[in-house]
Amino acid sequence: MAEIVLDKVTKRYPDGALAVSDVDITIADGEFIILVGPSGCGKSTTLNMIAGLEDITEGELRIDGQRVNERAPKDRDIAMVFQSYALYPHMSVRENMAFPLRLAKVDNATVTKKVEEAAKVLDLTQHLDRKPGNLSGGQRQRVAMGRAIVRNPKAFLMDEPLSNLDAKLRVQMRTSVSKLQRRLGTTTVYVTHDQTEAMTLGDRVVVMRGGLVQQIGSPQSLYEQPKNLFVAGFIGSPSMNFLPATLENGEVNTPLGAFPLTDRVRGLVEAANAPREVIIGLRPEHFEDATLLDDTERSRGGTFTATVEVLESMGSDKYAYFTLEGDAATSAELDELAADAGSHDTGDAGSQIVTRLSAASGAAEGAEAQVWFDADKLQVFDPGDGRNLTYAD
Amino acid sequence: MALIGATSKNGARARWALLDFVVVVYALVPVLWIVSLSLKSKETIADGNFIPRSWTLQNYVDIFRTSEFLRALVNSIGIAIIATVIAVVLGTMAAYAIARLDFPGKQVLVGVSLLIAMFPQVSLVSPLFEMERSLGLFDTWPGLILPYITFALPLAIYTLSAFFREIPWELEKAAKMDGATPAQAFRRVIAPLAAPGVFTTAILVFIFCWNDFLFAISLTSTEASRTVPAALSFFTGSSQFEDPTGTISAAAVVITVPIILFVLFFQRRIVAGLTSGAVKG
Repeated sequence: MAEIVLDKVTKRYPDGALAVSDVDITIADGEFIILVGPSGCGKSTTLNMIAGLEDITEGELRIDGQRVNERAPKDRDIAMVFQSYALYPHMSVRENMAFPLRLAKVDNATVTKKVEEAAKVLDLTQHLDRKPGNLSGGQRQRVAMGRAIVRNPKAFLMDEPLSNLDAKLRVQMRTSVSKLQRRLGTTTVYVTHDQTEAMTLGDRVVVMRGGLVQQIGSPQSLYEQPKNLFVAGFIGSPSMNFLPATLENGEVNTPLGAFPLTDRVRGLVEAANAPREVIIGLRPEHFEDATLLDDTERSRGGTFTATVEVLESMGSDKYAYFTLEGDAATSAELDELAADAGSHDTGDAGSQIVTRLSAASGAAEGAEAQVWFDADKLQVFDPGDGRNLTYAD
Repeated sequence: MALIGATSKNGARARWALLDFVVVVYALVPVLWIVSLSLKSKETIADGNFIPRSWTLQNYVDIFRTSEFLRALVNSIGIAIIATVIAVVLGTMAAYAIARLDFPGKQVLVGVSLLIAMFPQVSLVSPLFEMERSLGLFDTWPGLILPYITFALPLAIYTLSAFFREIPWELEKAAKMDGATPAQAFRRVIAPLAAPGVFTTAILVFIFCWNDFLFAISLTSTEASRTVPAALSFFTGSSQFEDPTGTISAAAVVITVPIILFVLFFQRRIVAGLTSGAVKG
């Protein structure tokens, strides 16, 4: 168990490419921290630097207060679970799990005891004498976890350990990873590109983009108070709706219509010295079918009428999709998110918004619906640099 | 329906069996012919029968009585084993570097080794003969081992780097994370997985050295280093007028046996897909 500190850690490749730049993270003892971001954002490089599999170009990595930049992976006492599991195919499950102990020259009796304990925890006891080639994906994944936990390392590093599993198994394993970590209380750094995993697993989440840390915080705070457009768009599913808007005389002029800003939002926007042209963001759940609300509630927000393009009924909720006329919000961050999600160049004119309405809503596909949104939940972003103008510390 | 399906399946099986039989016969008849010749007595050697009319082991007894053959056998075994060991060890290191590292001149190295493999050996015989004579290597073991290594190395590097590329690199990283030094990672994880490749390569290199006739006949002059393929051509009967066909056949059989044993013995180790299960895929 250990505290891991990354102090201005930078990775520059010999060809000059900057993979990770000035990363500052302090991971507390026993904490479960997630590095998340689109592919190529430097999260795996960061993990490999903590592991010692890649050199740190600049900055310092400290484990338990000691500088470990120059230490080989084996001297850092850290275990790692790989995306491909990387099991040794010529060894049985038992020997795979015992391998770290054998290298540490632990005596046979202790090895047997520890491997059997770990196998019990991971429900692998009946598979101990099989070869990895004969195991299912989920079992291999558990063997990889077993190999990591047998020697009680200072920390676990996990590089997308669940991404090779099918959807159902992934959800199951997600819960068991979480339980296992709570039980062992070992500091864990977990890399994923899946924001759902990030939100559900971590004590804290680090969002990265292009080698830079965008924001560090608890899943809830990232969701409610994203520091910039990128974090706002990356965290949350379905993702936040973005619309171009102009700020004028305490009002916000949007494709949904013009609405007054609430006092809280206006105060923050003014303090942040907002430009005239902005991008506003609204989460799907901050919309509601206006006909279901009473007047006092309706007065707290804005209402607009539009034609429901697609309606998805989930049983507990209904997702209504609208396409609004006018230009879509554009910024470098949003383009990157679209490219990552693969929704680039869908060719739709106007901006699409997703709203989550209550199941009682009478909205129907192709018909007009009157939709209300909570104006106090409005987030305002600067299209130039992407910062959140409504961010309050 | 089921009946028709079964019949056509049997038909296909029969056709395949016939084809297999033809191929096996085509490949084995010359070998069996040599075996048959080696077992015939001197009187029946030219009778043209596939199955010997009078069986004898005299030819085998004869070749093992002459120092000519025994000495050549020792030379063959020694030279082939030494050349194989050196070529495989050097080839393993070179192939590992080629498969795993990016170093300046890697493409050149690969290109040059391919060039050597394609070079017509016969064009090198005269220069090698002159060089070895002036260096004092002519008609010595090293005089054959060196050219064998030269021509076996590209083969070894190519075969082995293909095997090393098959081994997921993450296994090495995992071993390092599990606390292994680079040497331990190589010895306990990479080497066992590369073993089938090393054995395959060793067999190929050994067969290449064992079968070589060109260098053996050109770069040797006495029993000091003459290998069996070359020695066979010097076989004579007990008198000038005696035909040595029987003894040559017996010697040919004797030098074929080690190759067959070698392959049979290591066949189990050359199993494909040993790395399956290391990674999802």
